Parts: sequence; structure tokens; C-alpha cells
Amino acid sequence: MLLLQTCLSEGKGYHFPACHILCVSGFRILFDFPLDLSALTVFSPIPIEPLTKYHEEKCPESFESTQIKRRKIEKSLVADDLIHAEPYFKTIKNLQSWNISFIDIVLISSPMGMLGLPFLTRNKGFTAKIYVTDAAARLGQLMMEDLVAMHKELRLVYGPGQSGGPQWMKWNELEFLPVELKEVILGKDGTDFGGWMPLYSADDVKECLHNVRSLKYGEEVCYNGTLLIKGLSSGLEIGSCNWSITTPKGKIVYLSSSIFTSEICMNFDFLPLQGSDVFLYSDFTITNKGNIEDDIGSSSLVADDSSENDEIGVVVNSLANTAESTEETEKLSFLCSCALDSVKSGGSVLVAIGRIGIMIQLLEQIAVLLESSDLEVPIFVISSVAEELLAVSNIIPEWLSKQRQDRLYSGQPLFAHVELLKRKRVHLFPEIHSCSLLKMWQEPCVIFCPHWSLRIGPAVHFLQRWCGDPNSLLVMEEGVDPNLSLLPFNPMEMKVVQCSFLSGIASTKIKPLMKILQPTCVLFPEKMGKIIGNLNQSSSMIYYSENQTVLVPKPKSVSELNIAVELASLLQCANIGKEDLTVARLKGELSVERGQYHLLMQKEQALSSQKRPLLYFGRVDINLLEEALKKMGVIAAATPEAMDTSPRSENVHMLQVLEPVKALIEVTESETVVSTSDEFLAARISEAVRNILYVV
Amino acid sequence: MAIECLVLGAGQEVGKSCVVVTINGKRIMFDCGMHMGHLDHNRYPDFSLISKSGDFSNALSCIIITHFHLDHIGALPYFTEVCGYRGPIYMTYPTKALGPLMLEDYRKVMVDRRGEEEQFSSQHIADCMKKVTAVDLKQTIQVDKDLQIRAYYAGHVIGAAMFYAKVGDAAIVYTGDYNMTPDRHLGAAQIDRLPLDLVITESTYATTFRDSKYAKEREFLKAVHNCVAGGGKVLIPTFALGRAQELCMLLDDYWKRMNIKAPIYFSAGLTIQANMYYKMLINWTSQKVKEAYATHNAFDFKNVCNFDRSIINAPGPCVLFATPGMISGGFSLEVFKQWAPYEANLITLPGYCVAGTIGHKLMSAKTPTTIRLDEGTQVDVRCQIHQLSFSPHTDAKGIMDLIKFLSPKNVILVHGEKPKMAVLKERVQSELKIECFFPANNETVRLPSSHSIKALATDEFLKSSLNPNFKFLRPSIVENSSPGAGDMRTPPLQVFDDRIAEAVLLMQKNEYPKAVHQKELEKLLSEQSHSVTFSHCFPVVYNDSRNRTEDSASSNNTKMTSDLDERLLLHQLSALLSDKCNNLTIQACEGKVQVESFTASVCSRDNCPHRTTSTSSYETKVVYFCCNWSASDDEIAWKIILTMKDLSLCIS
Repeated sequence: MLLLQTCLSEGKGYHFPACHILCVSGFRILFDFPLDLSALTVFSPIPIEPLTKYHEEKCPESFESTQIKRRKIEKSLVADDLIHAEPYFKTIKNLQSWNISFIDIVLISSPMGMLGLPFLTRNKGFTAKIYVTDAAARLGQLMMEDLVAMHKELRLVYGPGQSGGPQWMKWNELEFLPVELKEVILGKDGTDFGGWMPLYSADDVKECLHNVRSLKYGEEVCYNGTLLIKGLSSGLEIGSCNWSITTPKGKIVYLSSSIFTSEICMNFDFLPLQGSDVFLYSDFTITNKGNIEDDIGSSSLVADDSSENDEIGVVVNSLANTAESTEETEKLSFLCSCALDSVKSGGSVLVAIGRIGIMIQLLEQIAVLLESSDLEVPIFVISSVAEELLAVSNIIPEWLSKQRQDRLYSGQPLFAHVELLKRKRVHLFPEIHSCSLLKMWQEPCVIFCPHWSLRIGPAVHFLQRWCGDPNSLLVMEEGVDPNLSLLPFNPMEMKVVQCSFLSGIASTKIKPLMKILQPTCVLFPEKMGKIIGNLNQSSSMIYYSENQTVLVPKPKSVSELNIAVELASLLQCANIGKEDLTVARLKGELSVERGQYHLLMQKEQALSSQKRPLLYFGRVDINLLEEALKKMGVIAAATPEAMDTSPRSENVHMLQVLEPVKALIEVTESETVVSTSDEFLAARISEAVRNILYVV
Repeated sequence: MAIECLVLGAGQEVGKSCVVVTINGKRIMFDCGMHMGHLDHNRYPDFSLISKSGDFSNALSCIIITHFHLDHIGALPYFTEVCGYRGPIYMTYPTKALGPLMLEDYRKVMVDRRGEEEQFSSQHIADCMKKVTAVDLKQTIQVDKDLQIRAYYAGHVIGAAMFYAKVGDAAIVYTGDYNMTPDRHLGAAQIDRLPLDLVITESTYATTFRDSKYAKEREFLKAVHNCVAGGGKVLIPTFALGRAQELCMLLDDYWKRMNIKAPIYFSAGLTIQANMYYKMLINWTSQKVKEAYATHNAFDFKNVCNFDRSIINAPGPCVLFATPGMISGGFSLEVFKQWAPYEANLITLPGYCVAGTIGHKLMSAKTPTTIRLDEGTQVDVRCQIHQLSFSPHTDAKGIMDLIKFLSPKNVILVHGEKPKMAVLKERVQSELKIECFFPANNETVRLPSSHSIKALATDEFLKSSLNPNFKFLRPSIVENSSPGAGDMRTPPLQVFDDRIAEAVLLMQKNEYPKAVHQKELEKLLSEQSHSVTFSHCFPVVYNDSRNRTEDSASSNNTKMTSDLDERLLLHQLSALLSDKCNNLTIQACEGKVQVESFTASVCSRDNCPHRTTSTSSYETKVVYFCCNWSASDDEIAWKIILTMKDLSLCIS
């Protein structure tokens, strides 16, 4: 097995997972294909005023406009600097140097990891098998559909796109962009430009899902007989998973961002990842945080803590401790209390959180809190997929946490929102213009709506409405630059709470985890290698960085083979003069099934009498042969070289057989040629030679 | 290496399913059911046969429960809480959710209604279920290092699963109850084709063949519709789970389509509670129901309302679902007494009723009739009776289809009636040529299991056996030369691609055997390979019928055959050989005739070293053929040489 790994993108946390290509046993596997939706912030949200101002500015190549542009570069960023055009979407640009028709398998580890998939599947040459867990496929579908629906609104504003690409993508326009925007559009090294694409259509999404093979929890699927692929919960989000790939030559594990204990989804199922030959560590969480310094301190501390003598069980318990989830719970209650304060002071609350699990939890908790505080404040969830999203969350107990599953066993709905909807505490609307929403509208209210980028979707409208109200509250996620994302809504009077949530393995837990999993070879991000240092002695480390291909040495040089007993019973063992070593010829039908080779009895094999050519090893000593022949009653004598007529090398020995019939035996280092006209003599000579050589 | 199958329940009967299978030393209990027909110790499987000492936790590797019916799960709380089994237990999510409901309902019936001493308490049920590991379909679970299990969809009831279990190379499937045709709310059983040593299958309908379900459904709907249209009341006695939901979906849908306003009631809280579970478990229903979930959860019955006791004698039509299904007591019996005497009313009966129940009596009765309930009371039955004839079990065709699809080495039948099982066994053995057994309770069947030898294989060997191995055969000339139909049948060239994996196995003490390609052997053994070949150069007489007077005049020396002659002779040789040895594949090419490793070519060397017989002059023309072959084709070679010596070649 030749293993080649290329990290196409390290990603940016929860919403933009990392992306890799791995070549295993001749198959190319792509891990995740997300969209960098944080890049949407370079675009202006839907304009409130008519577009005239913008168009005036557009008169091309006038001296004045160049002046305006120059000014843009110099002064600090203002809302007008944002690109007033139909947004494009930023994909993984590094995939463009690959021929996507050569990708054999796509493994998606989270709903976010599939947002870019329609860009791949709409290509004619793209034939890869796509594996996604059933829960992730459903959530991913809803996220994509919602994206398309939200984008439609902007399409209506800007009208059909110009031919030859949008104006803002022209080099002379890009040149004058403020440096903050330039960095997002072109990337730090100026190469990201190629990754920008106009959004896919609803049909593209439909076709993409048509090509997806969804997997049940822990379902093993076999690709081409050779690879046994299995997705196991990673705990990050409902349906998100890590992958274990078993090949005839060993096991490969792909570790995406994982959370040990989760309130909502099935915990990180790490024990089945034990004992892999190659372990691709792709949780970049600690590099996405700012406080790397802190992490170094704490991780070295833990390294001392967990001495080598620790029982595995102790380490497992320490990993699964609930400190992290308690912290998460506290964050949520803090957000709830902020929301309550706002509502009490007459302000409204806008929750623009894209993490499904967090969103559902907040919805539940805020509703409960408002109810217990006797506040008649309506809660609206506004999204084109709100109804489906909440419905789906209630029918996938297989992917939820133990606490949620226990609700199933006790006959309660998995999530409280089912009851809240029934009791009309929470209302769902597909869009902001829904008639029933207008009828029911009242302020203050609590609104859950996309999109966390604050550029598309209903959130924009509510921000535009409330940004001047100091009593209102915006709840947003960390990960986007607040200065840039709030820019269009300046001056911002609203209160803003930006909250970071746990989105991967903490640096303190990496070493203990690797100690349990005991991989033979770890592919580790180079960036993090500096922080973590050597993981443990038993694993060899290979460091990788973005857009660099790493060659991984073969984990094993041989494959496992199962030989059918019926076949083994036919084996005829031969001794080849070596102690402890016996050799036998083996013949059968080779099949590869579920990642294992099997040698089976052929149907006609038992009957077939066809002989296989024997294999001879060793050297024929001419004297021994003469002796052996004599015992059989064959009289032979070495012939002098002179008798030989043809020019030969010096190591040729000739043996002339005189009785019973004339024959000639010619012996060299690697060959014996018997010339005789007599069948029986030939058989006897053959036997004599065989006795001298090792025959297999 | 063997499989041992101990049938503790459902052997030649229906009830208390429990089979303990030992695969290569791992012991798995499939189902742990109770028998509804027995009230004594016979209601439970005889667990003492598993372990005399009662140490069940060590005697079993795990327990697997296929679905929530009491004859499959009923004894589980007793076994874990009273007998003390502490090992792992596996069942699907719906079974884990709905199983306790069934157990609790049963416990209540036993204790509260019949006043029996309870076998297990509510607490027992709760404690027992805590030990259960829920599994998803197709989820592959490694119970321990060697034992792997996996659930497959079985239809039958929600969450019903067939289980695959594998230990080493031996693998089996235990079907539980299953349905091979989809119904209103559940899909058909679905399983992968796997190499199996044994399939243990239910055989409830071992000899029954059923036709389309849709006709039966139409009949049922028509009967209900007619009754309601005539102002009558419909009583549908059912079990709380499964059938109730199926029929209700049917009616709810029909009500909507036909715009019927008559109310549908559920009598027991259990059924309503069950609907809650069904809503969350909608992923376990049929594809059609699943697909519609976003807009409408099929278990959100729009026309169903809660029942109030006062409604029993309220005027106007209605439909009522009431438990228990066989009208053996409880609410369905109470309503039956009230509604049965009126001709306008309708009572539906389930497909199967245990003897002794009212349901069973009604099945054979002709209305109007009188049914005795007990000593004092009897009921005039004037209402219509409709027997439901759809069943969540597969019919005989389904069983045969499944066995044929899986093609295991052996089949064991359980969960059926003895005479019918005997018939099915015969069919399996004669039609499918698969060994089949139907042991009685407490009997053991021992079977050999597949076993393979673990080895390692080098890339060279694997590559060589995966590469195509083409052989091109030209049908012999003789066949071709025969005119007419023969030409049509044989193509000019036949291509074979028999991929045979040939390896040399190296076996060393304390190491896995290693399969290598023969090319690698020289290096691995550090021995030089040696080839042994045989050669023989001999004359064959031929006749030159050409009128070349100058030649014949010069000499009858044969040494100088011309190039053209050589080719002609070889061509003729191959033709004649094909004719005489038609079981051999003779190839003629590049100045030689070849059969396997044997080659013959015209030898023009006077002093050929392989010419061991002395050269004497011949009367007629002779041509020397120099032949060589490797030792393995000895037999063929001598046969050909003998044939060649007898040939009379001729150049014309």
C-alpha cells in the first residue's frame, strides 16, 4: 500500500472543516468538501436603499472613481467598501490542481463538510462514491437548501449575472479593495482567488444528494471489496463522524474535530479507533484559537500528570469527564440570562447561530426560561427549512446523546421543541414575509434565524431593524471577525454577545487520547506539532502542512490471506533443506471481500488432474548423479570436454549414458538437459535428478 | 471448529423463542421469550441447560433480542433480574423503547387481572432495560475481540431485526420473525448476501402461500366503510403495538380520501403512547412513510380521538380500536358484549387467535350465534364478523426466497408447527440442496463450521493472480476444414481468462505461513532455481510426391529440406497431431509445434546433440524433428513423440 496524503485545507473551525486527499491502495479518497462561508462577509448584505448610490459610483474609469477607490485603500473600512454584488462562495481552491474525475471515494464527516459537494457532483467526469452518515446527509441537505433559498433573495436584487464574471472580480477592481477584504478574497498568499464560485442551484443540490450513499450509525460499507469503511460518531454535531478504513494491509483512521461528551449528540466514540496503522489527525481546533500560549502550558502539565503507568481505563475516564460539557452548559445559561435581560428591558433578541445542536439547545432553554419568568414573549424560528430541521432532529435518536435517548425510552419527544411547538410557545416560519408571521408579529420577541455570517438570510433584516436599539441583543458565534461582520450595521447600538463553543479536542486531551489509541504512524499537523511535541514513543510521527503531499511508508509489506481449509488439506509439503521451513505449492481462486483476501477452492479443482510444472532448486552434482544413476542400473560416464562440439561455457558437465540405452545428460549451474529416445530411461534420469535437487 | 445450536424454545412450536448458538466457543442467546399458552414453569425456556451452576454471565457471550413481542422478549427481565445474567444484551432502538411497554402491560395483566404471583416487577423491567445496548440497523458491533454482530431490517414489527453473528470464519444469521413483503407502515426484510454456515429461520407459515395484500386491505376497508355508512359501530380488537398502527394508518388515509367523518377511537392509553414512540422511530418504517415525514408524520393520525367510556353507547357510527386482540378479556371484551348483539355493527378479528379465546370461537362461528362467556353469561352475536387475513409473517415463498438468497450451508427451522416444518424441510433439502433441521425444544444440532487458515500474502503473488490470464485457442484445422455447419459453430478464435492464483506457501515455525509468487522464491530461499528439460531429436519419414526428378536423381538424402518444405511439414504435423490427439491443445507458430511445454521443430543440424540414436541412412525421405519439453509434461511429450514416429507425412 502506497499512502499519499495531501492536506488541501486546514479549515477554520466548526463551520469550515479541514479537507484532505488520501491515496490508499490505489484509491483516491477525499475527506470533506466544505465552503468557507465566513468569506461571505466581504459582500454587502441586501441593501435597504435603492442601488442608485452604488451605481453612480460605478461610472467606469473616471478620474473621480479612481480617486474614491484610492481613498478606500487608505482610510479605515466602512460599509460602502463592501462588495455590492451577488455573493460568490469560496470553495477549497487547492482541489483545482487535482483531476476530480480521478477521485474514487468522498467521505463526509459532518453536515458542514458537504456544503461544497454540489460543486463536485455537477461535473460530468465526477464519478466518486460519496459516503455520508444518514443524519449528516439530512442536515447537510437542509443546510444547502437553506443556503440556496437565502441566496435567491439576493439574486432577485442584483438580477441576472453579467457575462464574463462579475465586475468585482476584475483585477483592476480587486486592486483597489481595502486590504481587509483583499485578504479574504485572495488569501494571505494571494492565491485563493480561484476558489470563488457562484452558488449552485437547487437542482444541483438535488442531484448531489441523489449521488450520496448514506450510512447508518457504525455501518460498515465495502468499497470495491478492498476497503472496509466505517463512520463512528465524533460528537461534534448530530451525524458527524470519524472514519475507520480497513484495507488488507492495515487500518487507517481519519480523525475529524471531535468532542468527548456532548449534551446533544452521540459522544466521541473513540475506542473503536484503537490500533490503527495510519492515523490522520485532522482536528485543528487548537490552532484556531488565539491562546496557543495557554495551551502549551497546560498540555505540558498534563503530560506530567498522566504517567506511563496509568491504566487505560483511568485515561478513558479522564477523557470522558464532564468538565467540558459543564462549561458548555454554563455558556448556554449565560446566553439565556442575557436574552432574558434584553427581553425584560423591552428589547428583542436575535440568535444567529449556525450550529444546529447549540441552536436547538438554546431554543429549548430560552423558551423554558421565558415561560418560567412568566413573560409572554413569542419565539420565532425563521428559516426556509425550520420545520424540517426540527422535525428531523426528533427522529434520529440513533445519533443523539444518552440523555436524549433516555427521553425516547421514557416516551418523551427527544427535544422539548416538539412540545413547545404544540403549545404555541415557539412558531416556525419559512420566510420573513410569511403572512402568518406578519399577523403574529410583536416586539419584543426572540428570533432564531440564519445566517451566522450576517450577510444573507432573515438575520440581515432583523439586524437592520434593531441595530439602533440599545435594548436589543444579538447572539453570534465566535469565528467571524465581528468588526467586519457588523460593519454594514454600524453604528451598532445593539448589545452583541459573541460566544465560542467547544469545537474539537482540547490540547490537554491529545496526548492521553493518542495513548489509548496507540496508532503505529500518526500524520499530525505541523503547526500543532510545535505545540504538542512528540505524542508518544510507540508511534512514529509524520508532520504535514497545507497543500503539501506527504508520503507515508507502507504500514505493512504483506497482506493478510485466508486460505480455505479444504484447500489447505490438499497441500503437499516439501522440505528444502532448511530447518523449520517447509514449502508447498498452493493453487486456488483468489477473491477479495470486505477488505480481506481469501483463497478458495476452485469448483473443478478437486477433479482436475492438470499438473503444474515443478520447481527445482539447488545444484546438480555430476558425481552424485552418476552414483544415483548407477543405483538404478543406469551406467553413465562423464564425457571429456573434447567430445562437445558446440562452444560452451566452462561449467558444463556432460554425462554419457551407455546402458541400457544411449542418452546424454548435460548439466550446468542452472539447467539440466536430458537427451534420450527412451521414455523409461528418461523417467529414471528424471527421478535421479529430482532426488538430488529440492523439488517444490 | 463447530457450531452448536441448542433450541430452548420455539422448537417445533410457536412461543418462547430462545436459541443458544455456540460458534467457535462463543455462546450467543438469540431471543429470550415466554410462552403465552403456559402458566407453569414451561412458560420460560429451561435456562438450566445453559449452565448447571447458574453462572449465566460466564456461560453466555451475549444476548440478542430480535423484536419486542413477548414470545421473544418476555423472559428477559426474569433471566437478568431473577436468574442473574449480567452480560451484554443487544436489541434495536425501537425494541429497547417499546419492549418495556409490552413487558409492563403483560405484568399488569398477569398480576392485576389474573391475580398471579408476579415473576418480575416493574423495577425488574426498568433495571433490565438499563443493561441493554441499543443498536442501529447495519451497525457492526464488536462484542468482544472475536465476536461481531450486525442487525438487518426484518419488517414484521417496528424495530424487528435479523441478526448476523460472526466468530472467526464461521457466521450465522438468526432471522427472528420477518416479513418479505412491505406493509402499510413497514418495509420488507432486507439483508446482505453473506457467506453463512447456518441460517436459523422462523417458519410460522411454512406451507402457506399468500396473494396480494392490497386485495385484503380493500376488503377490510370496504367492510368498515359499509358498516359506518349504515350507522354501525366497528370494533377492532388489536394488540397495542404494530397491528393497531398499521390498520389505523390504513383507515386514516381512507377517511381522508373518502372524506368520512365518523370518529376513530383508541381505547387504551397504551396505543396513544405507542404512537408517540412511532413518531420518533419513523426512520424504522417503510421508505414511503419516511419520505412523507417532513410535511406529515404518518403517525400523527388526524382522525383519531381519545375514547371515553360514555361513548360506548352513544348513538352514531364510530370505529374503536381496543385491546387485547383476541378478545380474551379487558376492554375489547367489555365493548364486544355491548356491540355484538346489533346487526349494524362489525367486529374484525386478527389473523390468528389462540384456542379458548372469544376471538377463536368467533372465527369458526356463523352469525347469528350465541357465545358463552362463562357459566352465567352468554352473548347473542348478531353483528357482522370480518376476519383480517394479513399477517406480519412471511409466507412459505418468502422463507424459501430468503434461504435461497442467503444460500447458507445449513438451515434450522424454529417458530412453527411440526408437520408444516417437516414439509418445508423437505423442500429446502430437495429444491435448494441445503441441509435442514427442525429440532424440538431442548435438542441440540451440531454442525461443522467454516474455517480458514490465516496466512500472509506478498504483493507479487496478489498482483500475479489479479492480472488477467488470457489463453487464445484456435480450433484445430481438421474441424475447420470440415465444410458446412461446423464452421458456424466454432468461432475462429476462443479466448479464455481463467484466473488461477498460484503461489508457493512458506511455512516456518511460530510464524504465519506466507504465500509468495514463485519468482520470489529464489531470493527467499537463497537457493538457485534449476530447470530440468528433456530433448529428443528423431527422424520422421515423409513422402515427396512432387515430380522433382532432378532431386530424386541426386540423392535420397534428406538433410537439406528447403525452408518451404519445413513449413509445409510443420503445418502438416500440427494438422495430423490435432487430428490424432484431439484432447490436446496444439499450437503451431514460428517454425514450431507447441503443446504445453513441449515443442517440436525441424532440425537441420547434422550433429544435433539430442540425436542419441545413431544416424542411419533411410530408404525414403526423412525429416528430423528436434523436440524438447520440461519434466512436468513428460507424459504428453512421449505420447506425441510416439504419434509422430508413426506419422506418414507427405509433401504434395
